Amino acid sequence: MSKIGVFICHCGENISATVDVERVAREIGGMEGVAHAIDYKYMCSDPGQTFIKEAVKKYGLDGVVVGACSPRMHEPTFRRACAEAGLNPYLCEMANLREHCSWVHEKSEETTEKAIDLVKMLVEKVKKDKPLESIKVPVTKRALVIGGGIAGIQASLDIANTGHKVILIEKDPSIGGHMSQLSETFPTLDCSQCILTPRMVEVAQHPNIKLYTYAELESLEGFIGNFKARIRLKAKSVNYSTCTGCGACIQKCPVKKIPSEFNAGLGTRTAIYVPFPQAVPNKPVIDRVNCNYYKRGACKICEKTCQVGSIEWDKEDEIITEEVGAVVLATGFDVKGADFFPEYGYGKFKDVLTGLQFERLASASGPTFGEIRRPSDGAIPKKIVFIACAGSRDPAKGIPYCSKICCMYTAKHAMLYQHKVHGGESTVFYMDIRAGGKNYEEFVRRAIEEDTVNYIRGRVARVYEKNGKLIVKGVDTLLGGQQVEIEADMVVLATAGVANCGSEQLAQKLHVSYDPYHFFAEAHPKLKPVETNTAGIFLAGACQAPKDIPETVGMASGAAVKVAALFSNDELVREPVVAVVNRLAPPLYSTCVGCFMCETACPYNAIEHEEIKGRDGSLIRTIARVNEGLCQGCGTCVAFCRSKSIDIQGYTNEQVYAEVMSLLND
Amino acid sequence: MSSSTDFEPKIIAFVCNWCTYAGADLTGTSRLKYATNVKIVRFPCTGRIDFLLLLKSFAQGADGVIVSGCHPNDCHYTSGNFHARRRWIAFRTVLDLMGVDIRRIQYSWVSAAEGSKWADLVNNTVADIRALGPYTEYQKVADYLEKEGFDEEA
Repeated sequence: MSKIGVFICHCGENISATVDVERVAREIGGMEGVAHAIDYKYMCSDPGQTFIKEAVKKYGLDGVVVGACSPRMHEPTFRRACAEAGLNPYLCEMANLREHCSWVHEKSEETTEKAIDLVKMLVEKVKKDKPLESIKVPVTKRALVIGGGIAGIQASLDIANTGHKVILIEKDPSIGGHMSQLSETFPTLDCSQCILTPRMVEVAQHPNIKLYTYAELESLEGFIGNFKARIRLKAKSVNYSTCTGCGACIQKCPVKKIPSEFNAGLGTRTAIYVPFPQAVPNKPVIDRVNCNYYKRGACKICEKTCQVGSIEWDKEDEIITEEVGAVVLATGFDVKGADFFPEYGYGKFKDVLTGLQFERLASASGPTFGEIRRPSDGAIPKKIVFIACAGSRDPAKGIPYCSKICCMYTAKHAMLYQHKVHGGESTVFYMDIRAGGKNYEEFVRRAIEEDTVNYIRGRVARVYEKNGKLIVKGVDTLLGGQQVEIEADMVVLATAGVANCGSEQLAQKLHVSYDPYHFFAEAHPKLKPVETNTAGIFLAGACQAPKDIPETVGMASGAAVKVAALFSNDELVREPVVAVVNRLAPPLYSTCVGCFMCETACPYNAIEHEEIKGRDGSLIRTIARVNEGLCQGCGTCVAFCRSKSIDIQGYTNEQVYAEVMSLLND
Repeated sequence: MSSSTDFEPKIIAFVCNWCTYAGADLTGTSRLKYATNVKIVRFPCTGRIDFLLLLKSFAQGADGVIVSGCHPNDCHYTSGNFHARRRWIAFRTVLDLMGVDIRRIQYSWVSAAEGSKWADLVNNTVADIRALGPYTEYQKVADYLEKEGFDEEA
């Protein structure tokens, strides 16, 4: 008979407030095969773990069930404790009494009974558990960083500086991301490009970093330590090994009216272009959608201009395969624009801008060389209105969350405007000022007090045009909801930060979770903010949620440390949750009939053919065998197997049947 | 037979580890309340779920079953949820033909971010099953077969 130890955690009061933990321990203690059952305030604490270790030795336990929080949280903790006491760690299971019971039910008899049932289930499962050995796999010590914004740059540099190779891919022709578009940064008013561009150059020159710009991830296969990434190198139409970056082709290109992405649509660019003067690499690509040659088959002016013959008209997209051990996702964010704000007239009135467009106006490298001028007539606006929370914190717009950076950059915009346009009047409509951060609140106070920015607490209902002026109609809630109308020459919307378009598809390629707004989901909101649910894939920056530059850089360094820690191992230990084909000796007696339904079901090509031969070497039959290095343990083959010959360790048919039976046989 | 008002259905949920189990964890973290009738059995993937388990559950006295995993395209293992979906579509007709009350099987997708969807799914399923009453037909057949020596070992 088995000797199982059951340990019920109070989790402070998180469980004991709604579940009668003492009764759970008492009733489970009376179950067949349970040798020891106790409850304790904090099972995961050092004394709690000591209880488990001592009980394993004292009672000679051959199985442990911990009734506490989610196994997704503390299963490794308790398995480690068991292993330290000499018990095979895979004989320890957790019953989820917190997330699946005490937190979701009121205090009642039923709640306690459910808790008892949940523990019983796992006790029955543990009775069927078998000691398992973890699987060792090698680690490819090379990282893939996706996204070349400040998050990807920082993560790449940090990983590269630990001595490991990094492959950085960026979908645009240059790295730099949104940070390269900013004018000054809060709260120091540092010039964004002055602090960013040296790092961009460092990335390009670092011996450990291989940079692929104009490249996208095609697919990712494999698992932690052993990924295989297929990368699409989009055709640049320019041979970078011969191109000198002289820029003559750009000057001569006749297609000049393409809205510049870098200038957020305020300036124009040519069809063969470098996104901005400080781009890394500083060599052009041809935008095939707009190029005359690709559209009409004639032009080729750039080819005639090019002294070194670098134009490659027939170049096609190339797909390369790279083996990596870890992935850092640093794909950043996007801002809402265009038709999202019909009530504010964005897209209808030329002088209603997004925050990102205002950044370009204020930037020395922007279309107006840093002078604040109206896009409609080039005049300097005398009055300007900033609308914070354009889209953010607005469930009606589908964005209930706070975009976090807008309060600060709006204060910065107003401040920059006051510095650049003397005698100008600026007004900010806001809901709340959220200036949590070092020197942030002081920065906003400075905008209000020293730079005399007029802050009005209230929302804006509508922006419309009257006699050539923009009229901002809003409400001042601090004056008892009084309606206000302000005449403005320019309106700037602090539009919501949203997930990059395509982030959902990328998440699906990588098998990482994402939240309802398509930001990538972290493994734990507090304790694993840079990990994803998929081992070996880490998050950096605003692809996880909107965040400012210091936070992004911190997170990127965090992800880099996780990668470096992973790469400090020559071998990784993987959970032995893999499929096995029963192999009663001699192998002839395997119940496998060799139908290979499992082979068609397996997404990892982990099913191999094993030939069973007689003494004379003649083939008797072919059965399935699982390659445990490739098997990821999904168990799809188990449900497909007609003869119940394949099973998955840790979730065997016997184990799950035992769980189901325990629930119903009362 | 008990009246439908004080009937507490026994419902088993077969869920995948990566989406629905994590989603149900989020329901807890968000402190959303739901009925105590549902107990979760964790699987690595819905692709692992054998429909014999569902029948076994009914034979043992379950009144309803929930099967829930990742949304299409979101499977941690690429395609397990597609296999599960196809299996459900194929088996649904067969089970119906066999006389199994397929209204008692609730098939759903709950992602790791859908804590409130899980609470709703549980509450709605409990209400539906409560309205249907206890499920005894399948159990009767199973008991009969067992008595006559037709259990699965035979």
